[in-house]
Amino acid sequence: MSRPLLEVSGLTMRFGGLLAVDGVELSVEPGQIVSMIGPNGAGKTTVFNCLTGFYKPSGGKIVFDGQEIQGLPGFRVARRGMIRTFQHVRLFKEMTVVENLLVAQHQHMNTSMLAGLFKTPSYRRSEREAMERAAYWLERVDLHEFANREANTLAYGQQRRLEIARCMVTQPKLLMLDEPAAGLNPRETDDLKALIAELRDNHQLTVLLIEHDMKLVMSISDKIVVINQGRPLAAGTPEEIKQNPDVIKAYLGET
Amino acid sequence: MIRANLKPAVISAVVVVVLSGLLMGVRLDQDGTNLSLVGAGPDVYWKIAIAATFIFFYNLFRDHLARLWQSMPGMPKTPTQLVEASKKPVLRQLFWCFLIALAILWPFISNRGGTDLATLVLIYVMLGLGLNIVVGLAGLLDLGYVGFYAVGAYGYALLAMYFDIGFWTGLISAGLLAALFGFLLGFPVLRLRGDYLAIVTLGFGEIIRILLNNMTWLTNGPNGIGGIPKPTLFGLEFSRKASEGMQSFHDFVGIDYSSEHRVMFLYLLALLLVLITLFVINRLLRMPIGRAWEALREDEIACRALGINPTAVKLSAFTIGASFAGFAGCFFAARQGFISPESFTFIESAIILAIVVLGGMGSQIGVILAAIIMTILPEMAREFNEYRMLLFGLMMVLMMIWRPQGLLPMNRPHLELRT
Repeated sequence: MSRPLLEVSGLTMRFGGLLAVDGVELSVEPGQIVSMIGPNGAGKTTVFNCLTGFYKPSGGKIVFDGQEIQGLPGFRVARRGMIRTFQHVRLFKEMTVVENLLVAQHQHMNTSMLAGLFKTPSYRRSEREAMERAAYWLERVDLHEFANREANTLAYGQQRRLEIARCMVTQPKLLMLDEPAAGLNPRETDDLKALIAELRDNHQLTVLLIEHDMKLVMSISDKIVVINQGRPLAAGTPEEIKQNPDVIKAYLGET
Repeated sequence: MIRANLKPAVISAVVVVVLSGLLMGVRLDQDGTNLSLVGAGPDVYWKIAIAATFIFFYNLFRDHLARLWQSMPGMPKTPTQLVEASKKPVLRQLFWCFLIALAILWPFISNRGGTDLATLVLIYVMLGLGLNIVVGLAGLLDLGYVGFYAVGAYGYALLAMYFDIGFWTGLISAGLLAALFGFLLGFPVLRLRGDYLAIVTLGFGEIIRILLNNMTWLTNGPNGIGGIPKPTLFGLEFSRKASEGMQSFHDFVGIDYSSEHRVMFLYLLALLLVLITLFVINRLLRMPIGRAWEALREDEIACRALGINPTAVKLSAFTIGASFAGFAGCFFAARQGFISPESFTFIESAIILAIVVLGGMGSQIGVILAAIIMTILPEMAREFNEYRMLLFGLMMVLMMIWRPQGLLPMNRPHLELRT
């Protein structure tokens, strides 16, 4: 087995007296889709925030792509290729769809002030490449015809897809989706499932997912991690998780 | 349909009367050493009245006219919606060309007082455009912008006094110096948000002024610095007698000396600076950094998640904005020939901010319009000088109630994906 892309050990997050995350272990192999499930308030999003540098974890170790990243600011973590979405859509609403995708490529672009003022060839090339990449991903998520519309004019499902495209243009190694199916109808959820599977199969992307839609989670995941009250409860393949009595008791419910 | 058009028609007619009444009806004249207001003859007022009536009826019946026009075969499509002009690049360019041509011709058609006033307007346009980057585009409320203006002005004045540098070197050094101050101030304070940032920048502006006031050994304190060298044109001076080793403009060109030449030159120089500022800002808007400012204003958290360093992006806005204030400050010092801390009080910051807010945050043409209004109105209403602040506040309140987005809200250049 290859080296895991993301390895988390003993992750702890304490807010004053509240222990929100307590000793979470997580290991994500390249090319896997790993889901994190658990009851509301279990600390899944807090784990996300710790991993992506939005919170500074109180303890534990996060190794991403062979380097420890705990305590780094969010934008540095993102630049290493760990890109996340949020529970709520966080698009740049007054910018157009394609501009959303251009902003996301900021770190890869020629941002030199003089180059831009004088429109040097390297600057033009960088702008063109960014545009092409944006067009490519718009095609992938089926939003090509809306490219020049303002982002807030899109329907909710389209906004969700645009968010994923916006993550993809940054060329991430690990895509972290926080409840991507929330608020989607069954058909849109199926589209989302197909999209995530395609990202893994055709773009060698690794995905870490928080989701409550069990149908989606069970059908797509290579591995599932269950968290309950900030503590890891179980980890394994979908089959193992479905059978696990602790998980059934805490989350899935008796059938 | 007529009823729906009645309100816009009345408003347009009133705007025509007010604007043309002020622009054509009254004029500043030099009366000895004083400036006095002179009203125009009745024929001018007749013309204004006719124009206003025409505008009124045109707006009232414009839908009918448009339909009539379209019903005629072979006619080109009418621009029934003026708003569309902003989407038509040719119209837009024509508009700008016209505006620039008018601005260039202004000193030749106006008198000395008018040119001088226009120069002042241009300084405020520059300051407004610079602050617009910080407040309008990057969304950082900066109440101490005048501090950078002061740094630019004093930077040039002191460098000229102690190191005997010329205007053009001074212009660049003043811009760089102000940018450096912006950078140094921005570094610690840009972690703050909203109100906190406003308070700290407010303090900064005051600190600069108080320092200038109290560092008597360097800045001559409240007495100010005089004898600041005037701008030169390729080494040509605009004075009756050129100083040693220099040549004066009127000698070189071979015309009689006139003190108006210098006023015109200063105006054209200010215009050039404003045009450069406009050009740079327009480019910045279309560059990655401009998009990052915009994105940061909308959602800082999303920016961080996408690998954009918020501090660096904010710092760039702060630094670039400050450098424009530096340029403006240097020009101001050179134009006045004398500066003192009096010129850099908080009220200046407030006026510049008012220009940005009045014009419409982020909007460049709005800033230009607002700068004209904010500079010319106080000159026009000299009698009301005591109530200036009152009127100023009233205007702001009314604006916030009726048109919070500003006179001409921003119409950002959108990058389009061509398919």
